[in-house]
Amino acid sequence: MKVLVPVKRVIDFNVKVRVKPDQSGVDLANVKMSMNPFDEIAVEEAVRLKEKGVVSEIVVVSVGPAQAQETIRTALAMGADRGVLIQSDQDVEPLGVAKLLKAVVAEEAPQMVLMGKQAIDGDNNATGQMLAALLDWPQATFASKVEMSGDKAAVTREIDGGLQTLSVSLPAVVTTDLRLNEPRYASLPNIMKAKKKPIDVKSPADYGVDVTPRLKVLKVTEPAKRQAGIKVEGAADLVAKLRNEAGVL
Amino acid sequence: MAVLVIADHDNAHVRDTTHKTVTAAKALSNDVDVLILGQGAEAAAAQAAKIDGVRKVLVAESPALGKMIAEAVEAAVVPMMGGYDAVLTPATTAGKNFAPRVAAKLDVSQISDIVQVVDGTTFVRPIYAGNAMETVQSNEAKKVITVRTTAFKAAGEGGSAPVEKLAGGESAPKTAFVGEEMVKSDRPELGAAKIIVSGGRAMGSAEEFNKVLEPLADKLGAAVGASRAAVDAGYAPNDYQVGQTGKVVAPSLYIAIGISGAIQHLAGMKDSKVIVAINKDADAPIFQIADYGWVTDYKTAVPALMDELTKLGK
Repeated sequence: MKVLVPVKRVIDFNVKVRVKPDQSGVDLANVKMSMNPFDEIAVEEAVRLKEKGVVSEIVVVSVGPAQAQETIRTALAMGADRGVLIQSDQDVEPLGVAKLLKAVVAEEAPQMVLMGKQAIDGDNNATGQMLAALLDWPQATFASKVEMSGDKAAVTREIDGGLQTLSVSLPAVVTTDLRLNEPRYASLPNIMKAKKKPIDVKSPADYGVDVTPRLKVLKVTEPAKRQAGIKVEGAADLVAKLRNEAGVL
Repeated sequence: MAVLVIADHDNAHVRDTTHKTVTAAKALSNDVDVLILGQGAEAAAAQAAKIDGVRKVLVAESPALGKMIAEAVEAAVVPMMGGYDAVLTPATTAGKNFAPRVAAKLDVSQISDIVQVVDGTTFVRPIYAGNAMETVQSNEAKKVITVRTTAFKAAGEGGSAPVEKLAGGESAPKTAFVGEEMVKSDRPELGAAKIIVSGGRAMGSAEEFNKVLEPLADKLGAAVGASRAAVDAGYAPNDYQVGQTGKVVAPSLYIAIGISGAIQHLAGMKDSKVIVAINKDADAPIFQIADYGWVTDYKTAVPALMDELTKLGK
């Protein structure tokens, strides 16, 4: 079966973000960018399913600027077969991405879309669910375990209070949580090989999808700073301060 | 303008997160209805009816809704949206699962994880793991919103809204529920606890984690939390995790023990009223946001703290 894995180019998770002084957004100039960590987990899971012989082809798709090609190359170096870049220089909201992915699904006819549960920039946690809705497919979000059997997938999900296992009929959308797997590093030979793998470059217009943002960002600000704290000398000091100063004991 | 709140409940009880979401909803409209999706949820419905400011409570039940299967929730909610201008639900794992599905069916963008309602169309939400706050305006015909409940006060009790049963709940033909494995705990729920005692990788093992944190949590009537490092190392179960990828909490008192304070952890707890950090590394980032920092080894600090609490009669 064929699997489609959407990946997003985001600010590297180790970078401390800075808000622009004019409050128009976060400063992304000259900042290290990487593949969204949850998407790496999705690529890894797809590659593992291929290694098990369950999956025959992995198509990676990204919506973003020309540089998102690098993100696709990373996925190709991890073991994906080919890529599709839908190039857009403006930020596309989850609904727009879901509509584009729906069009790619119509073209590629995958049995599963495997993707990250959220991107660490927008923190929306919406695209996978939206795609499942648009396709009228079942969804299994926050997956920590995926087991394929015939035309069904048994997915263990991380929910508040514990774990839940659902069996979804394929085709389905599965979104990955952190504990699904440990993504591999791409080896140098595989990085070289990935350069020869094909990437199709398209535009939102090729799919007839309007990606105009529906939400208007009025401003982006720094979160409220906490007041500098004080050091305590010992247990008695701490308990006294919590009781008398802070009033929380 | 009428607003629908999809309740967070376990059929027997309505969770505090629902009360908080009602507060956010009331900032949008005076006409707030609460929808209970579940199975055998009479008790939860009766409790929801008592939330102050609720116009009416609607109840839809089916086995699939009992497990909050996203397709069933979508099928139940979307047809109702003709009568509402907005739908709000707490940003729990269940809410995050079904709300975008509803939004896509309505062809609207979702506004995720709001922490403030500025006015009927404008909302504030954290992005980049809480390192920036985004103010967004939505002119969508229908608004689908998930609410970061720690940012809102709980609506009071004292209402007496009528409860209305909706006909035949929805099924989810493409999804089957297989099983559940819930973590059993007698302690307060992490999201609702007034005090949280949280441990990190410094604990070194699951035995040490429990040995150090449980007695202290019991003494304080606190919930136990963990950093992602502690969870990934297997010292604590997944749902103890506080952070961007776990739970977002805002208790009165958060005690971080052996936690360095990575960005992803801070995103989950930096809105706590008072933060205490116990860490032997004086340069740990956690000290930059802690109200009270104690540079010491937790191995001696925690027993000393226990003794002091005993003196207070805790």
